[in-house]
Amino acid sequence: MKAASRIFTAIIFIFLFAPIAILLVFSFNASKSLSVFSGFSFKWYTELFHDTQTLTSVKNTLILAFLAMVISTVMGTAASVGINRIRSRWYRRYMDTVTDIPMTNPDIITGISLMLMFVFVGRIFGRSASLNFGTLLIAHTTFCLPYVILQVLPKLQQMDASLPEAAQDLGCTPLRAFFKVTIPEIAPGIITGAIMAFTMSLDDFVISYFTSGNGFQTLPIRIYNMTKKTVTPKMYALATITFFVILALLILSNLSDGYKRGGKRK
Amino acid sequence: MKKYVLAALVSAAAVLCLAGCGGKSEKVLNVYNWGEYISDGSEDSYDTVAEFEKWYEEEYGKKVTVNYDTFASNEDMYAKISTGAVSYDVIIPSDYMIARMQKEDLLLPLNFDNIPNYKNIDESFRGLYYDPDDKYSIPYAYGVVGIIYNANEVDPADAVGWDLMWNEKYAGRILQFNNSRDAFGTAAYRLGLSVNSTDKADWDAEYAELMKQQPLRYGLVMDEIFNLMESGEAAIGAYYAGDYFIMEEAEAENVDLRFYYPDPTNYYIDAMCIPKCCADQELAEIFINFMLDHDAAVANASFTCYASPNRIVYTDPGYIDEMGDEAMEILYPPMDDFSALYNEYAYRNLDQDTLNYINELWEEVKIN
Amino acid sequence: MKTSERKLHIEKGRSFGIALLPYSIWSLLFIVVPLIFVAYYAFTDNSFGFTTENITKFFTATSQVDGQEVRTYLLIFFRSLKLAVISTIICFIMGYPIAYIMATADEKKQRIMLVLIMIPMWMNFLIRTYAWMTILQDTGILNSFLSVLGLDPLHIIGTETAVIIGMVYDYLPYMVLPIYSIMAKMDYKLIEAAKDLGCNSLGVLKRVIFPLSLPGVLSGITMVLIPSISTFYISQKLGSGKFFLIGDAIEGQFTANNLHFAAAIAFILMIILLICMALMKHFTNKAVNGGGSR
Repeated sequence: MKAASRIFTAIIFIFLFAPIAILLVFSFNASKSLSVFSGFSFKWYTELFHDTQTLTSVKNTLILAFLAMVISTVMGTAASVGINRIRSRWYRRYMDTVTDIPMTNPDIITGISLMLMFVFVGRIFGRSASLNFGTLLIAHTTFCLPYVILQVLPKLQQMDASLPEAAQDLGCTPLRAFFKVTIPEIAPGIITGAIMAFTMSLDDFVISYFTSGNGFQTLPIRIYNMTKKTVTPKMYALATITFFVILALLILSNLSDGYKRGGKRK
Repeated sequence: MKKYVLAALVSAAAVLCLAGCGGKSEKVLNVYNWGEYISDGSEDSYDTVAEFEKWYEEEYGKKVTVNYDTFASNEDMYAKISTGAVSYDVIIPSDYMIARMQKEDLLLPLNFDNIPNYKNIDESFRGLYYDPDDKYSIPYAYGVVGIIYNANEVDPADAVGWDLMWNEKYAGRILQFNNSRDAFGTAAYRLGLSVNSTDKADWDAEYAELMKQQPLRYGLVMDEIFNLMESGEAAIGAYYAGDYFIMEEAEAENVDLRFYYPDPTNYYIDAMCIPKCCADQELAEIFINFMLDHDAAVANASFTCYASPNRIVYTDPGYIDEMGDEAMEILYPPMDDFSALYNEYAYRNLDQDTLNYINELWEEVKIN
Repeated sequence: MKTSERKLHIEKGRSFGIALLPYSIWSLLFIVVPLIFVAYYAFTDNSFGFTTENITKFFTATSQVDGQEVRTYLLIFFRSLKLAVISTIICFIMGYPIAYIMATADEKKQRIMLVLIMIPMWMNFLIRTYAWMTILQDTGILNSFLSVLGLDPLHIIGTETAVIIGMVYDYLPYMVLPIYSIMAKMDYKLIEAAKDLGCNSLGVLKRVIFPLSLPGVLSGITMVLIPSISTFYISQKLGSGKFFLIGDAIEGQFTANNLHFAAAIAFILMIILLICMALMKHFTNKAVNGGGSR
């Protein structure tokens, strides 16, 4: 059983990382091809750092993901607290359904529906450009919110409701009790939700495709728009760098964790 | 925990500030172009956008920020601009789209006083069908569709005309365009029909031709053609002339790519225009003029590998030297009368009814 | 200060209502209203007059496939559904065991595996799909590998298999993560108790673990099925443009400037999926409650 599960795990991770190995190898290709390897070179890495347009789009992608994460985490956590206290069955059912919609709706529909609305509203107000950074941020926050709520709400439900009440009996205001007792208790859910939101925003292409506008193109859109010319190994270099940054963060967090545990043992 | 929330909010504010500071300069120019269609500073080339910002500040003493965005196809661009979803100052669509946008009153006439470099554009690019009075557009690049094949697999004797793309000897090795206009175009040229016909029977015939090709096709592709041809994965494909050099440069050892022009074939022009939503027409015209200047024009022509209508580009010794003889021959084939050929074979804007009909036929091609 | 504190005490119930207020407004404006716009566009023509033409076109448009007349969009829809269902099943077969292995591993390994599952999602999915093209091509990495092993080459690119591989690859994390998060919270004493009571491993899986993990499975299935039914990039790249799915149809109508018909396809797809999901939820709720786990 043990051996079988090891082999299974290995197969899954080979499957998950095979394309990433390809990215890694071809990011060092001397020629522009993504299928013929003609020699080793670092040139695409230097290229990448000279390409201001791509770097801007990377910066845009990160800014967007970060802001969408912060807004959806704060709003989503607050909403979860509220949803958890709802007494009306109908209101509760409405909130559940509404939260489900972005998840059970294909992203292409979420994208198109938001675009139709933004364009329509923009037309009413006579705006020359109805899509911009704001609409993109709204769209990303909207599809990130359910992920946060789905992570935080169960934690709230699991939590012993008497804890914040006890804090209030000891003289805390409800707000203070919330920050001192509830938040630490549900923190793992909030953090997972925030990471999920950040990841989803980073990976999204379809919704951005329909809702992005002037002067703020994210990396996925930039790559998609290369479809008349060709995607260069530069993009592979970028992916490789991303990979190693995450890997380094992972190792660091494990090291610090090991250090903490070692300290505790003493 | 409060601390974390506070930290998050502070960093959010910081990021917002950073994002905001970028836009603080006095003027903003929004440019909308095809992806990978401007010299962007890679491979030590000329960074057009950055150079323009620098030049403008030196020349006018004012800072300008260029927001440079890209689109994937004329139709994408049109969908976004015509619905008012976006607003740009300079756009670079293809000919038939310019005709359509002009008809729908989406373009502004240019003030040529601000674009003195227009004199550099060759005379054969004037008075073309999409802008007969040369009021709305200035050509940026042009090209001809040709056929690329792997000579290690394809007998060069077979490499004539459009028949190669329907040759049963090479079943499963043929690539077709994955966009309706270009794909129907190949069939139309082969059948000797007009690519701009409004007669549904013509389109039906082209559809039948595409269906005949269907069992022979490797697939419908756009940019994938680069990798597929380079690695010898596919043997025959039609694409835009300049892109052949990019493929040839990266071809695998056992692949020998060659190129020829079938007759008749498609001629296309991508041109710079100013849409109605433009916020600063003068700035847009200054930018267009800058694009026609020697340095920018040469850099862009050698970056995109497409032919330039700009006289100072194709007569520039440095450019000729860099492209090489073969490339110059293919990119600038001797043409007695470009405008006549162009006006006959280029795609034109079609009425919505015909477009819908093509779209339906195209979906039918794709689901088979 | 004191009065405001007292006020807070009194407004205990209401202050939580206030916490929900931003999201209530947000969800109304950006989730509910946009869907009304889809419906509005679906039932109007280019000049915004009422019409059901777009909807009927979806059900009645016909075309010739292999010499037979078929209903174009119904065919496209069922093809998409087929590929999506197959991908979801494969994702489940691959994802469920790995989620279980993760949930039962020690804490450090759990965290490493979790990050490993998420890493691919941090690398742009367009780029990952591109890399799959390099692997699956006839002259690609996979076939070079097979020929080294002395095996016959496989023709995968441009087939259904390639599209399914692409979908499974992209959406596997969406299957693993929700199942894992449910399983990680499971009370493993229950499992041991079941074993003590004489259940074999398979019995434990069937009677204890699976029913308990059902909510995670449900959201996993949703999160894989929904995006794979509507994708329009994977089919273009890995299917060599030969697989025209419902997502491609919507995107195609959008670029062909038939916004209203695009909205109609989206509207119908949305209704079908909402009904499916509601049914699925209903039955799993029944199963979960019937299983007595709550």
